[in-house]
Amino acid sequence: MNYQKIITEILILAGISGVLATLIVVAKAILQNYGECVIDINGKRKVTVKGGGSLLTSLAEENIFVPSACGGKGSCGACKCVVTDGGGPVLPTEKPFFDAKELAANYRLACQVKVKNDIKIEIPEEIFNIRKFNGKVAKIEDFTYDIKGVTFDLISPKEIDFKAGQYVQLRSPKYGKVRESVTRAYSISSKPSLQNQIQLIIRRVPEGICTTWVHDFLKEGQEVEITGPYGDFFIRDTQADIIFVAGGSGKAPIKSMLEDLAEKGCNRKMSYFFGAKTTKDLYLTKYIESFCDVFPDFTYYPILSHPEPDDNWQGRTGWIMPYFPDALRDPKNTEAYLCGSPGMIAAVTKNLMELGIPEDKIYYDSFV
Amino acid sequence: MEISPWILFWASIFTSNILLTNFLGMCSYLSVSREVESSFGLGTAVFFVTTATTAINWAVYHLIIVPADIVYLQYIIFIIVIAAFVQLTEIIVERFSPVLYYSLGIFLPLITVNCAILGISLFMVIRDYSFIQSVGFGAGSGLGWLLAIMLLAGIRTRLKEKFIPTGLQGAGMSLLITGIMALAFMGFSGIVNVQ
Repeated sequence: MNYQKIITEILILAGISGVLATLIVVAKAILQNYGECVIDINGKRKVTVKGGGSLLTSLAEENIFVPSACGGKGSCGACKCVVTDGGGPVLPTEKPFFDAKELAANYRLACQVKVKNDIKIEIPEEIFNIRKFNGKVAKIEDFTYDIKGVTFDLISPKEIDFKAGQYVQLRSPKYGKVRESVTRAYSISSKPSLQNQIQLIIRRVPEGICTTWVHDFLKEGQEVEITGPYGDFFIRDTQADIIFVAGGSGKAPIKSMLEDLAEKGCNRKMSYFFGAKTTKDLYLTKYIESFCDVFPDFTYYPILSHPEPDDNWQGRTGWIMPYFPDALRDPKNTEAYLCGSPGMIAAVTKNLMELGIPEDKIYYDSFV
Repeated sequence: MEISPWILFWASIFTSNILLTNFLGMCSYLSVSREVESSFGLGTAVFFVTTATTAINWAVYHLIIVPADIVYLQYIIFIIVIAAFVQLTEIIVERFSPVLYYSLGIFLPLITVNCAILGISLFMVIRDYSFIQSVGFGAGSGLGWLLAIMLLAGIRTRLKEKFIPTGLQGAGMSLLITGIMALAFMGFSGIVNVQ
C-alpha cells in the first residue's frame, strides 16, 4: 500500500472542497452583507437595522409590529404597507395581493421586502402602539362545550391601551406532535379600562394548531406571548343606531364594546343579534341581557337555527337575517358591527345593504 | 476526428439530445413539466449551469485530476464543483436580481441533483473533448434539455382537458410521450453523428 499516495489524494479532495467552501463563505460575507440600513418611517421616525432581513422582522426587532397573521410566509397579505423608496422591484410572490391601484401607490408586503439599503416606508400611526406582551394565564372558563374564555394577566409591559373591538395575536409554542410555533388572531373580549388584564374567547377549530393548544394544553399560570392591539374594528363616535351581529366566538369584541359603552354612557339605539345552533351553543346570555338595564334602548336577540326538542326553546328560530327589520328604524342612519365566520359576514353584509344600510357603515373583522 | 464545436453545439440539441437519447435528467423533467412557464425557468437555469460547469469541470479535470492521477475520484469532484457552483449562482442572483431569483431561485437547488449535468461532464471526459468543444457541447446539451422539457410541458398543458385512462395519468403518460418524442428526434440523427 502506498500511504503517501492515499494521503495526497485525500488532501487534494479536501483542498478542492475547502477552496469551494471558502468561495461560498466569502461570497456570502460580501454579497449578503448589506451593512446597517436606515428605515425611515412616515418621515418622522428613523430606525437603524442590520440589512439582509425582511422588513417585517427588521421592524419587529425594533419593537414595531406590523400585523401579520401567517408569520411572514407571504400567504395572508396582512402586512401590507407603503414603501416609497428603496424597496426594489415588486416580487411575483406579492402581486396576487394587490390591484393595479395599490401597486401604483407603492403598496408592498412587509414580509417579502428585504431591507438591502436605506428604505422609506409609510405605516399607520396606530402600529406604534402595538407591543409584544408577556402574559400569564389567570383563568380558563368553559363557556360552551367548544368555547373557552381565557383571561391573561399582563406581566411586561403591565398595561395595554386598546379600543374596544380590536384584536391581539396569541403565539402557540411547539407542543405534542406540532413542530411549529404559530400566531393566531383573537379579539379582546374584556373592557379597555381594565388595562392590566385581557380576556379572549376561543372556539375550538377541528385540527386547528392554536385552538387545540388553548383547549387541550394551556393551563392556568402558564406564560404566553401576545402582540397587539391590531385592527380598525371599533365603535365609531356618532349618534347613529347600532346593530351588532355575532356568531360563535364572535361575541368577544362585542362584549368588550358593550362594557366600554356602559362605562362611558350611551343613549344610542342598540340591537344585538346572536346566531347559534342549539341552546348548547349559547353562552353569557344572562350577562348580555343585563345590559338592558344599563342602556336606555338595548335589545338582545339570541336566535337558534336548529333547536333540539329537549331544549324547550321558546325564543326565535331559523336564520338571523329575517329578524333585522324588527330592529331597523332608519337604515341610512344605522351602523352595523359584525363578527363571525367569513361566510356569515358575506351573507349578512349583503342582506344589510339590501335593507338600506350604507356599505361604508358596515364594519367587521375578517379573520381568514 | 476533430468535430467543430459549432457542429457539436447543434448536434447536442437535436441529434443527440441528452434527455431524449440518453434519458438523463428525468426526475425534474417529469416533475416540473406541468406548466410551460416554470419549465422555461428550470430549463434556463439548467442551460446556464451546464455551460458553466462543463467549462469549470474541464479545467478541474485537465489541471488537477489528471496530473494528480485521481481519475477514479472524478465523480465526487464533479459533483462537489456542481453543487458549489449552484450555491454561488444562487447567492449572486439573489443579490443582483431579486425578480430572477424568485422565478429561477426555487429551481436552482433542484439542479444540484440533476444527473444530466453530471452526465455532460462525464461525456466530456469519455469523448476527450477540447475546452472549446466542451463548452459547445455543454451549452448545446443545456439548450437541448430546455427544448425537451418545454415541448413536454406544452403537450401536457394541452392534455389537461383530454381523457387519459386512470392507470396512465401523470408520469405514465409523460413517459409514453417522451418515448414518442425520442422516436421523432431520431429523425434528426442522419444529419451528424457525434457519439
